[in-house]
Amino acid sequence: MNEKRTLFDKIWDEHVVCVPPGRLPLLYIDLHLVHEVTSPQAFDGLRVAGRRVRQPHRTVATVDHNIPTEPRGTPITDPIAARQIQALQQNCKEFEVPLFDMDSPDQGIVHVIGPELGLTQPGTTIVCGDSHTSTHGAFSALAFGIGTSEVEHVLATQCLPQRKPKTMSIHVSGKLAEGVSAKDLALGVIRQIGTDGAAGHVIEYSGDAVRALSMEGRMTLCNMSIEAGARAALIAPDETTYAYLKERRFAPHGPDWDKALARWRILASDPGAHYDTTVQIDASQLAPFVTWGTNPGMVVPVDGCVPLASDSAIAADRSTFERMLQYMGLEPGTRIEDIAIDRVFIGSCTNSRLEDLRAAARVAKGHSVARKVRAMVVPGSQAVKRAAEQEGLHQIFQDAGFEWRESGCSMCLGMNPDILQPGERCASTSNRNFEGRQGRGGRTHLVSPMMAAAAAIAGHFTDIRNWRFH
Amino acid sequence: MKPFRVHKGQVAPLDRANVDTDQIIPKQFLKRIERTGFGEFLFFDWRRAKDGSPDPSFVLNQPRYADATILVAGKNFGCGSSREHAVWALDDFGFRAVIAPSFADIFANNCVKNGVLAVVLNDVEAGEIVRRATEMPDYEITVDLEQRRVHDQQGFSAAFEIDEFTRHCLLEGLDDIGLTLQHESEIAAYEARNSVSQTSTSE
Repeated sequence: MNEKRTLFDKIWDEHVVCVPPGRLPLLYIDLHLVHEVTSPQAFDGLRVAGRRVRQPHRTVATVDHNIPTEPRGTPITDPIAARQIQALQQNCKEFEVPLFDMDSPDQGIVHVIGPELGLTQPGTTIVCGDSHTSTHGAFSALAFGIGTSEVEHVLATQCLPQRKPKTMSIHVSGKLAEGVSAKDLALGVIRQIGTDGAAGHVIEYSGDAVRALSMEGRMTLCNMSIEAGARAALIAPDETTYAYLKERRFAPHGPDWDKALARWRILASDPGAHYDTTVQIDASQLAPFVTWGTNPGMVVPVDGCVPLASDSAIAADRSTFERMLQYMGLEPGTRIEDIAIDRVFIGSCTNSRLEDLRAAARVAKGHSVARKVRAMVVPGSQAVKRAAEQEGLHQIFQDAGFEWRESGCSMCLGMNPDILQPGERCASTSNRNFEGRQGRGGRTHLVSPMMAAAAAIAGHFTDIRNWRFH
Repeated sequence: MKPFRVHKGQVAPLDRANVDTDQIIPKQFLKRIERTGFGEFLFFDWRRAKDGSPDPSFVLNQPRYADATILVAGKNFGCGSSREHAVWALDDFGFRAVIAPSFADIFANNCVKNGVLAVVLNDVEAGEIVRRATEMPDYEITVDLEQRRVHDQQGFSAAFEIDEFTRHCLLEGLDDIGLTLQHESEIAAYEARNSVSQTSTSE
């Protein structure tokens, strides 16, 4: 084949099983991640049709969405949640799917444990009944969220009929300033292209600012791509990727590692390959961001203000603007740093990895959480929790007055008891500030882990670039 | 899956952009392990006032839209979470089709799997349906998948695009798992070719 191909094209071509006449290409799925919320109806469907799981060893399950973050062993008080978890346990047993259960040392948010265990590998296809599956694109895995019917489809066939998406190149030149993180880059992208800016596209991120990110930072960036409507996101693998993966449990070992490396090194897009859409971003122009509205595109720098109705971007849809402000309990023109908060959530598949907790702990060290603020830190996995505790991060958080919890999705979506009360305002490191996302009437502002920790201590949003580190 | 060919029904206008799936079906209802019975939770928070009583200002609480089977909304409908429960809730509530200037990808896929038609019309066309559904009592339209056209009896008519395979599946109500399994030998051959080179969860 002579044509120049993008990273996406290469993975796609490698996984097309066949193109039946008049139908969509059938794409092979290398890894299927399963959790308790979007799978029970899929397993039921298999039972009804008398079908089996085609490749149990390409499938892995964990419980993350609705489990409590109280100490393990605390009974689940919500009987419906308990029933859903039991359903997953029974389904995994019946269909012989490996499960990292509540009491497993490997339990965690599905998008945290995949990479952590070395299951997420370059050049593979990954799906999960969860929109934030885009996270795994940080490793050059073509990874996308699917619905429950598609979960059933993959369980039964290990394939999905897929329309080939378009490609979008997002090139981020320059360098992120001190205090500006991968989360701010992600918010900056959505701010620029909008919440549907990448609909129908697979994004490929490139440029110096992306190369400079750790794997954790790249995961944050790819994770939030769904909030720009992207089907998936990709970052070409490099030495940072390989160093992260080497010696991970399910990563290739020995001679297989060398063979894998040889495959991975040729994945990068060919020079001059064509993208359907191209976007340029200057990293040096980005700031620590805070969302003010009820979708992740409503982003302003921390030293900015809630927009005025006269702002050009707002004028187009005045009623939406007013509705957002009313829901958020904000006045146009309010300085972001003058907005007081009630709660802080540090966690979620966006920002719950060791690097995120280190960044937050560095801010919290030697300070105390503001008197009226309740702040919680929820590690993304049991492995993250153990590693953080080994470094003493939990001690720093607890000394400062943060709660140190067990791993899970927690207050990102409030399916477990960790929710906001009506009217409560939260600085959150999660990914969605939709109405009611963290609890009915709750008001969510999306920020980076450093910004969240600083807000917990100050009691209001504050510019991390001016922080007094101890 | 139930087929979708031609459907005529009343229209409910939800004139908002970026309606996310958290609004369509809030998280507290995702713990159920059934596929059915989600209709009563559709737009749960928007349908209720702070004290929990029905909010009469919300479109689906208005008696004139009680029999609506077609929803028309703003762009990027169904964004956010992949939860198929959103489509199950719309379907269970009685909606057969949703019309919007654009849909989030995962939501649109989920619609197809459930025989719910997601119709993309441009801003002007969708806006006109919103206007008519707001101003005209018992406003009805016909969504014709066979002809790829939406029309009413007051002169509105608009064509829409849909890929042939999706259209075919919807028209026939096909079980696409069954279709994929027709290619079992090709899948097995692919697996044999790629057995060592891909991820495995067995240690």
